[in-house]
Amino acid sequence: LSSKPSITPVLYGYFRSSCSWRVRIAFALKGIEYEQKPVNLIKDGGQQLTDQFKAINPMQQVPAVTIDGITLSQSLAIIQYIEETRPEPRLLPADPKQRGQVRIICDIIASGIQPLQNLYVLQKIGAEKVQWAQHFINRGFEALEPILKQTAGKYCVGDEISMADICLVPQVYNAERFKVDMSQFPTIRRLNQTLTEIDAFKVSHPSCQPDTPDDLQA
Amino acid sequence: MHAMATQAKPVLYGYFRSSCSWRVRIAFALKGIEYEQKPVNLIKDGGQQLTDQFKAINPMQQVPAVTIDGITLSQSLAIIQYIEETRPEPRLLPADPKQRGQVRIICDIIASGIQPLQNLYVLQKIGAEKVQWAQHFINRGFEALEPILKQTAGKYCVGDEISMADICLVPQVYNAERFKVDMSQFPTIRRLNQTLTEIDAFKVSHPSCQPDTPDDLQA
Repeated sequence: LSSKPSITPVLYGYFRSSCSWRVRIAFALKGIEYEQKPVNLIKDGGQQLTDQFKAINPMQQVPAVTIDGITLSQSLAIIQYIEETRPEPRLLPADPKQRGQVRIICDIIASGIQPLQNLYVLQKIGAEKVQWAQHFINRGFEALEPILKQTAGKYCVGDEISMADICLVPQVYNAERFKVDMSQFPTIRRLNQTLTEIDAFKVSHPSCQPDTPDDLQA
Repeated sequence: MHAMATQAKPVLYGYFRSSCSWRVRIAFALKGIEYEQKPVNLIKDGGQQLTDQFKAINPMQQVPAVTIDGITLSQSLAIIQYIEETRPEPRLLPADPKQRGQVRIICDIIASGIQPLQNLYVLQKIGAEKVQWAQHFINRGFEALEPILKQTAGKYCVGDEISMADICLVPQVYNAERFKVDMSQFPTIRRLNQTLTEIDAFKVSHPSCQPDTPDDLQA
């Protein structure tokens, strides 16, 4: 039998991009080996703005992933594709109502917080960028805290790791970068503390990626 | 014979002109699901989404929210995926995972990359420059969507079946028109929007004919 070797998935990401980190966590949880082709969002005016990268992702953002002969963008679309094609271990609960809870948490982060504090937007906001970022992270966390109080067991939704946990940890990292006062979010803090002890969240951490600058390495 | 409890109809907390609420209205219409509306006026009384009552329904203080099957859901795509998983016909996501991926990319470009940057809350914070800001982010997103859709589209956004991508696209085009975005550079988006807005589910759910549509904006 001749079988073609599987091509290793390739992640176009940036060490400190929270959306790229989500995908790194998912790969790690699934035990999927992958290559990284870092895209430096700052250097050379931003490598995501090159024509080469635009051909990979017309939205000119990270992450993008080449897998199974296709290229995907948008971290949650990537993760759901991985989930549907490599189902173990599961990243979404079996029950539709719990799946709904997971998606609500993901979407609050991926639509309600992160897009308002990513690099592109902060560059447009200018001098007030830190207050702007803090405002939107606070607003989202003020909603997430009571939601998570209801849904969380050991993890964000019940006692199984899900896409909600994958979205939460990188967003907390961003909150800490912008010096958000986390004392008002005890459930978020507790969950983050539990999750950051898990291997998949550690190996994928911004401090230890191929493109992590020397001065930011763990 | 068992006594059957009457199923309570789903309830949508939305606003006629909220594009995210419109997505959910389209989904209900495509699925043939009857539902009630409890409008939340985003402008009146300083914004009814900011009341304690509504905060109890959605801590994020945004529309849409939906009460269905005894639970309350927020975030339009989470709502729509719940509806899809519990009422599977007609399908709103393709069977093939790669095509599903394409649908989700299109949805997420709109739901994470465009709409959150031009919703009412953000524009109120931006202030005087709000129209240019909204145009900028819609243009940026549509400049990415146009080549993507050129690749993925058949009769609809992805192939020839209506999907969540179409559900997200039409309300975003409506927003683009509200902000006077120059649509001439997006022929694929325009063609898809033209096809979709002829479909009943997109018509009955249109902002111009909702229970809370103001008289002067009615169709």
